Amino acid sequence: MNTPIAIEIVMLLAGLLFVLGIVGVIIRKNIIFMLLSVEIMLNAAGLAFIAAGSRWAQPDGQVMFIFILAMAAAEVSVGLALILRIYHQHRSLDIDKLKEMKG
Amino acid sequence: MMDHLLWLIPAFPLVGFILLALWGKHLSRFWTAIIGAGSVSLSAILTLFIGLNFLSSTPADGHYSQTLWTWFEVATFIPKITLYLDALSLVFVFVITFIGALIHIYSVAFMAADKDYARFFACMNLFVVSMLLLVLADNLLLLYLGWEGVGLCSYLLIGFWYENPSNGYAARKAFIITRIGDTAMAIGLFVLFYQFGTLSIPDILALTPTTWHEGATITTVTALLLLAGGVGKSAQLPLQTWLPDAMAGPSPVSALIHAATMVTAGVYLVARMHVIFQLSPIAQMVVAGIGAATLLIAGFSALTQYDIKRVLAYSTISQIGYMFLALGLGAWTAAIFHFMIHAFFKALLFLAAGAVIEALNHEHNMFRMGGLKSKLPVIFWTFLVGSASLAALPIISAGFYSKDQILWYAWASEHGNTTLWLIALFGAFLTAVYTTRMLLLTFWGDAKTAVSHYPSKLMTIPLAILAFFSLFAGFIELPHNFGHLTLFSDLLHQVLPETILKAGIHGELLFQLLAMLVTFGGIYMAYILWYRKPQLTEKLKQSAPLIHLYRFWFSGWGFDQVYQVLLVKPVVFIASINKNDVIDKFYQGIAILMVRLNRALSFTQSGSLRWYIIGLVVGAILILSIQVIL
Amino acid sequence: MILVYLIGLLMGGGVLALLMGQWNNSLPKWIALCTVSTGFILLLSFWIDQSRIMNTLLPETWMMEYRHDWISTFGISFHLAIDGLSLLLLVLTFFLGILAVLCSWKEVKERIGFYHFNLLWILAGISGVFMAMDLFLFYFFWEVMLIPMYFLIGIWGSENREYAAYKFFIFTQASGLLMLLAILGIYFIHGSNTGNYTFNYFELLGSDIAPNVAFWLMLGFMVAFVVKLPIVPFHSWLPDAHSEAPTAGSLILAGLLLKTGAYGILRFVLPLFPGAAQLVAPWAMLLGVIGIIYGAILAYSQTDLKRLIAYTSVSHMGFIMLGIFAFNELALQGVVMQLVTHAISTGALFIMAGMLKERLHTRDLRLMGGLWTQMPQMGASAILLAMASLGLPGLGNFIAEFLILLGAFKANVWLTILATCGLIFSAIYSLRLIQQVFLGASKNLDPIQDFSWREITLMASLLLSIIWLGLYPQPVINTVRPTIKKLEELFLIEKEYGHILINNKRIDSLPEKNVRQVKTELVPSNTHSYVR
Repeated sequence: MNTPIAIEIVMLLAGLLFVLGIVGVIIRKNIIFMLLSVEIMLNAAGLAFIAAGSRWAQPDGQVMFIFILAMAAAEVSVGLALILRIYHQHRSLDIDKLKEMKG
Repeated sequence: MMDHLLWLIPAFPLVGFILLALWGKHLSRFWTAIIGAGSVSLSAILTLFIGLNFLSSTPADGHYSQTLWTWFEVATFIPKITLYLDALSLVFVFVITFIGALIHIYSVAFMAADKDYARFFACMNLFVVSMLLLVLADNLLLLYLGWEGVGLCSYLLIGFWYENPSNGYAARKAFIITRIGDTAMAIGLFVLFYQFGTLSIPDILALTPTTWHEGATITTVTALLLLAGGVGKSAQLPLQTWLPDAMAGPSPVSALIHAATMVTAGVYLVARMHVIFQLSPIAQMVVAGIGAATLLIAGFSALTQYDIKRVLAYSTISQIGYMFLALGLGAWTAAIFHFMIHAFFKALLFLAAGAVIEALNHEHNMFRMGGLKSKLPVIFWTFLVGSASLAALPIISAGFYSKDQILWYAWASEHGNTTLWLIALFGAFLTAVYTTRMLLLTFWGDAKTAVSHYPSKLMTIPLAILAFFSLFAGFIELPHNFGHLTLFSDLLHQVLPETILKAGIHGELLFQLLAMLVTFGGIYMAYILWYRKPQLTEKLKQSAPLIHLYRFWFSGWGFDQVYQVLLVKPVVFIASINKNDVIDKFYQGIAILMVRLNRALSFTQSGSLRWYIIGLVVGAILILSIQVIL
Repeated sequence: MILVYLIGLLMGGGVLALLMGQWNNSLPKWIALCTVSTGFILLLSFWIDQSRIMNTLLPETWMMEYRHDWISTFGISFHLAIDGLSLLLLVLTFFLGILAVLCSWKEVKERIGFYHFNLLWILAGISGVFMAMDLFLFYFFWEVMLIPMYFLIGIWGSENREYAAYKFFIFTQASGLLMLLAILGIYFIHGSNTGNYTFNYFELLGSDIAPNVAFWLMLGFMVAFVVKLPIVPFHSWLPDAHSEAPTAGSLILAGLLLKTGAYGILRFVLPLFPGAAQLVAPWAMLLGVIGIIYGAILAYSQTDLKRLIAYTSVSHMGFIMLGIFAFNELALQGVVMQLVTHAISTGALFIMAGMLKERLHTRDLRLMGGLWTQMPQMGASAILLAMASLGLPGLGNFIAEFLILLGAFKANVWLTILATCGLIFSAIYSLRLIQQVFLGASKNLDPIQDFSWREITLMASLLLSIIWLGLYPQPVINTVRPTIKKLEELFLIEKEYGHILINNKRIDSLPEKNVRQVKTELVPSNTHSYVR
């Protein structure tokens, strides 16, 4: 317990999670999965903040994490609501079929 | 006292014009005629009155003048609407109003059947007004007003029968070609203004001898610019091509243009500005040269025409050429004398020709006339008198006295020389030939077209009056070896200088006899060719070179064609290829470029979320790596 | 105060027309007519008053001024003032305004309230431009006249109206932005030089700007004005806008909007940057000459009646450019005359084109011809207008063009000669217009009626003014004389002491001696003629 985990490793984990998230957003077709991936990315960022906070013994990291948490909650609720509306309108959650904003 | 009446001379026809233009539609033909012809007649009577006063008690400074109002006043440029009448303008005013009135009276009957009666008289009245302003103007700007006004009226009247597009073409041609000259003249006015600080004619004439010296470039340039204006209006080389086409208008219009107004404007301008021309021997030479060349070229062309009015048109060009020749020779009074006599007989000839054309149901071709001698006696006799005067039939015709003067000065004046004299003499021969040809074809021989109308009294009386003057007007100025009467030149010498003769010149009688001989020779030749042995003409027509020459002359020496190729076609071509404006293409190009750019960039807006994210990621990585590297 | 009322009247009238337009279709017309006529009468009486003073005393340049702080932190004030030039153009604005209302009396049938709102607001913008003596305010009014015009073309225009409206908007807006930059430039330079940050025209007049900076600032102003004027090669918005706009729109465009460009050069470019203006003078004159000839040739080849008239405007505006940059009283007076007479004659031609379109439902010259038979009155008016446009003496345009050429001849002989040749071309296109529309064989067999009473009044007022200006233009000349004299003086001084010399060849040895001579004559030489 006492042995502190090296910050590099935590950062690596955060980075890994972030990349996973990005890959998820990019390759998934379903909007819900994309939303999940976004959550993963947010959590990755949160993890990085906490690690950094504990490394430099600053409270800001945890403050930021609370913010991210609140924002993620809000985002999920709005996002899910939007997804519901989209599903009602288009009967599909396939992002490729929902391309309407073409230049 | 007379000063205050001057304005009435142009005012009568001006009022006539305004009345006819505004209420012409509602006036009966009778009242239209009264207003139209009456206004000019009133002017003529007033002119006689003022003229007699002028002659009996010539004012001390040699002129009447009346300022109506200041036109405008900018800096030092203060042209006024001032009328100025001296001996020279008196002659012109007399000819304009008197002959103008006769032509108007004639038109009352001639145009009786036309549906646009009021419009005709309105334009004719305006024509007279413009010409009167031109000759009465005290400054060159007012003169220019009359000058352009004459152009406008010629446009309106040549294209009077507007339904026919070719009439419209002729009208536009007249306006545009004369405007080329006018433009040069306008530049001349600019030069004069900066040289003298004024455009007032008396001031300029008074200042010229002290400001400019003889033969200076500026003098020559100015004189030539003014001459260009005169050449345009007077249908001289190289701007003569509009006049033959101007025959598209009704015959009284032709009479007015050729006799009383318009084409004599150039003669007036050169005579009026004679001081400038005197100071420039080159300009004088050019004037004489243009006159000589024109009279010859037009003479040949007149020889080949078959339309009676075109013969007369070319003869006008040719006779004005004589006037220019005289002006160039410094024979100022001779030019004006010829102008006056020419006005009489040319008005007569045109009006008579108009009567013939109308009598033959609008037949213009002389080869389809003939035998009218007995059928239209009044016309025949008056036409005969006019032709005699045109051909300068010795002793009895007025034309002889005026033309003989010019021929004599072509030899004897200080600017005269053998070439000019020979050209003038040959011109006289040509005149006799084409005049006789016209006379023979029209009145002698077999009748080829039946006479359908007979001229009314209103038409014949003006003809008779003009015929009287064509015969007897010459007697006010007789050669010094034959009566030696100088009434006319004495009057004009108030304004115009005397002609300077070469030293030691004799034998005027010999030259007169030669001129007579040439005239008779011409008449005889025409008699042979077109009356006695017409088969000879037929034979001549067989030879190829003569045919080409004939065609060349017939088309007016190809000037029209040359201008068509050199000037008209290029302008029309440029205009037509550039109809949509090349410069606009540039802006359209910018617009198109923007649209393309928009398309290219909007391709990236695929609407696919995935691409946007990839873009984000790649961008973030790029920025991070740049930061790391740097 | 009258100046503010004028603008307020127009703007208020516009709003009223807009509101009333929802209730009633004929009310907006009457409201518009009343407001513009009231303004016209107001101005006319003021002008007559002034001319009485002008004839008796040594006239003051500025006749009336109104100033009120607006945004004082930035040195912006609501500052209006008029001199003779402004007054003249204001009278013209209201005169043509009345005609614009009258000529759209029957033409406009939909959204009448909004139409008249736009019309009156354009007039308000134009009046403001002619009065504003605060650069910021000037720019404001400059934009005010632009946007309603955009609507006027875009909503009530003919087939290709959107394209024309966009083009008009982009051209004027883009050039206007350059002017804004220049305005800001002069504002900051003057501010940093003197510590007094102000947009006030009179204070900026004396500001000391380095020549090369002044040159660029002047170009900024010039571009806006030259596009508006328009001068080749910035003219290409004009034929589209003119031909697609409704009749009143074309009338206002040709009669007034173009004049704001010339006014801007006279009011701002020359006094603010005399040195730089002299530097570009030969080029500006050259552009003017090119415009004269290029516009004339293009006019000749058009088959659309309104496009033809539009290109004649390009040609005539070339004369204005030529005259302005000749910098002498003759030419400048000619320019002012040209502003007035061109507004009247070309405006009248556009009104006539509108009347023809109402009757024939086409603007295509190839489909017209021989209309004289049925419409002699219109034909006669058209001939008079064509003659005005080709510069026939006795009509106003001649005096304008003659004075311009006469003045320009002093400044640059060869360019003037070229410009004079433009007179030949103007004859060619004017006569073609008459021939194509009124002469020739009649192509139209349906009965067409000649002028109605309303149309006769319209035309007669225009024709009489053009004849009046041709025979006795002195009132106009007197009105602007103080302004023009001042401008000329400015350049005489500039020429004598200026560091910039322009290589003008003169026919005679005028410069030095004449400058003094003319200057002594600047003190009114005409006083004696007014003592009655």
